[in-house]
Amino acid sequence: MERITPFLWLLFSAGGTVAAFLFPIHLFLIGLAVPLGWLEAPHYDALHRLVTHPVTRLYVLVLVSLPLFHWAHRFRYTLYDGLQLKHLTALIAVLCYGAALLGTAVAAYLLWSIA
Amino acid sequence: MPSTIALTVARYRPEQESEPTLQTYEIPYRKDWVVLDALNHIKDNVDGSLSYRWSCRMGVCGSCGMKVNGTPKLTCATFLADYVPGPVRVEPLDYFPVVRDLVIDVTDFVRKLKQVKPWIIREGDGAPSDGEYLQTPDQLDAYKQYSMCINCMLCYSACPIYALEPGFIGPAAIALAQRYNMDSRDQGAPERLQILSEHEGIWQCTFVGECTTVCPKHVDPAGAIQQYKLTGATHWVKSLLMPWSHR
Amino acid sequence: MSAPHYTLYHPRWYRRRVSVWWWLQKRSYTTFVLRELTSVFVAFFAVVLLWQLRALVQGPEAYAHFLARLRTPLFLALNGVAFLFVLFHAITWLHLTPKAMVVRLRGKRVSDSLILAANYAAWLVLSAAVAVVLLRV
Repeated sequence: MERITPFLWLLFSAGGTVAAFLFPIHLFLIGLAVPLGWLEAPHYDALHRLVTHPVTRLYVLVLVSLPLFHWAHRFRYTLYDGLQLKHLTALIAVLCYGAALLGTAVAAYLLWSIA
Repeated sequence: MPSTIALTVARYRPEQESEPTLQTYEIPYRKDWVVLDALNHIKDNVDGSLSYRWSCRMGVCGSCGMKVNGTPKLTCATFLADYVPGPVRVEPLDYFPVVRDLVIDVTDFVRKLKQVKPWIIREGDGAPSDGEYLQTPDQLDAYKQYSMCINCMLCYSACPIYALEPGFIGPAAIALAQRYNMDSRDQGAPERLQILSEHEGIWQCTFVGECTTVCPKHVDPAGAIQQYKLTGATHWVKSLLMPWSHR
Repeated sequence: MSAPHYTLYHPRWYRRRVSVWWWLQKRSYTTFVLRELTSVFVAFFAVVLLWQLRALVQGPEAYAHFLARLRTPLFLALNGVAFLFVLFHAITWLHLTPKAMVVRLRGKRVSDSLILAANYAAWLVLSAAVAVVLLRV
C-alpha cells in the first residue's frame, strides 16, 4: 500500500480537479435547473446519440471514475484522522478503493454496452 | 488604558501535581509590552518559580513559542495590547510532552529534523582553489523562503496530523528538506526523497494548512509539502516508466 | 548528550490526550473537516451520474423515470445540499492548487493570484462549454 501511495495521491488530485471544474455545472444542470424547470432537459434521442460518440464515452468514464477515486482517498484519510479508526485502516482502504473500482467498472460496462 | 492586566498561566510541577493547572497573575499593563515581557515581569517580581524558555526576544531564535489564548505564537512577538482587557491565557505548545510549566520537550522535533539531513549534500567537494559555488538571484529565490525557518515548532503545535500521528515527520522538517532540495548547490534530493516517501513522511499530510497560518516567518510549510508531493509523485511515475535510470 | 530512548517515555512529563472531537475545538479545524467531507457529496453525485447513465442505456421510459425521481423533494434537497458542498470543494480546490504548484516563467515564479485567476477562468470556460453541449444537443 505504501509503495503505491504516490499513485493514489495522483488519482486523488486528478479526481479532485475533474470534480472541481466539472461537477458544479453538471450538478447544477441535472440536479437543480432541469428538475426545477429553469431549463429544458435535452431530448432523450439527442442525449443518447451524444453518449454513443467515443469522445463522450471517454469523457463520461473520466467524469465518473476519477472523482470516485478522489472520494476514496480523501474519505479514507478522513476516517483515519477524524474518527481515529487506526485499527481498521486496512479494511477502510479496501472498502474505499474497492468501491471506486466498482463504480469505474460499472461505468465502463454501461458505456461499452451502449448501442 | 487599563493599569493592570491578568495573565492566566499554565503551571505544571510534576513533583506536586499530576496534571497542569492554571494560575492567574495581575501585572502592570504597559502598552508596548509583549507576552514575554509580562512573563519576565512575573518571574522577576511576582513568582520566581515560573519556568519557560526564551532567548533573543526578537523573533529569530525560535525559543519562546507558546500558546496565547489557544493559538501558537512567539511570545516575544505577541503584544499585550492586542489582548486588552484580557485575561491572557498562556500555555505550553500543544502535542509536545510538558516538562514543567511552559517548557516542552523538543527531542521529537530535533530527531526528525536530523532525519531529513538539513545540510548541503554533495557527491564530492571540489578543492578550495576551484573557487566558490556561484548562485544567481533566481536560484536563491527558489529556496529562500524555506530558509527562513527558525525551528520554533509553532507549526507542529498547529498540525492536527502531528497530534493524531506522533510519528509524522512534520511541517518544519519537510520545509527544511525542501530548502536543501531546491538549493542549486545541493545534490542530496534522492537521499531525502527516500526518507520523506515513507509512510510517516509527506504522504500523511492532508493539507490542513494550519502550519502555514501560524508560521511567524512566512515559510509556508504547507506549500512546501504539497510541492514535494508532486515531486515525489513525478519521481514515482518516472521510476515506473524508466526503471533503468538511477537518479 | 542525551539517550532519547528512555527520555521519550519519561514518566513525569505530561502528555495531553487528543480528543476524538479535536476537529470541533478550532474553527479552522472544523472548516478543514467540512472541506474533507465534500468528498462524500462528490461521490454521491458520481453515483447520480452513474444512475443517469444507466437510465440512458435502458431506454426513454427509464430515463423519464430517472428525471421524475430527480424532481421529488427528497432528491431536490439532496442535490441542493450536494451542490453547496461540491461548490465548496471547487472553490477550496481552486484556491489551494496555486500553493501546490510552482510555475516558473523565465526564471521568476508566477504569482499565486495569477494562477488563481487562470483557474477561475478555466472553470468558467469549461462550465460554459458543458452547458452549451448539453443544452443545445
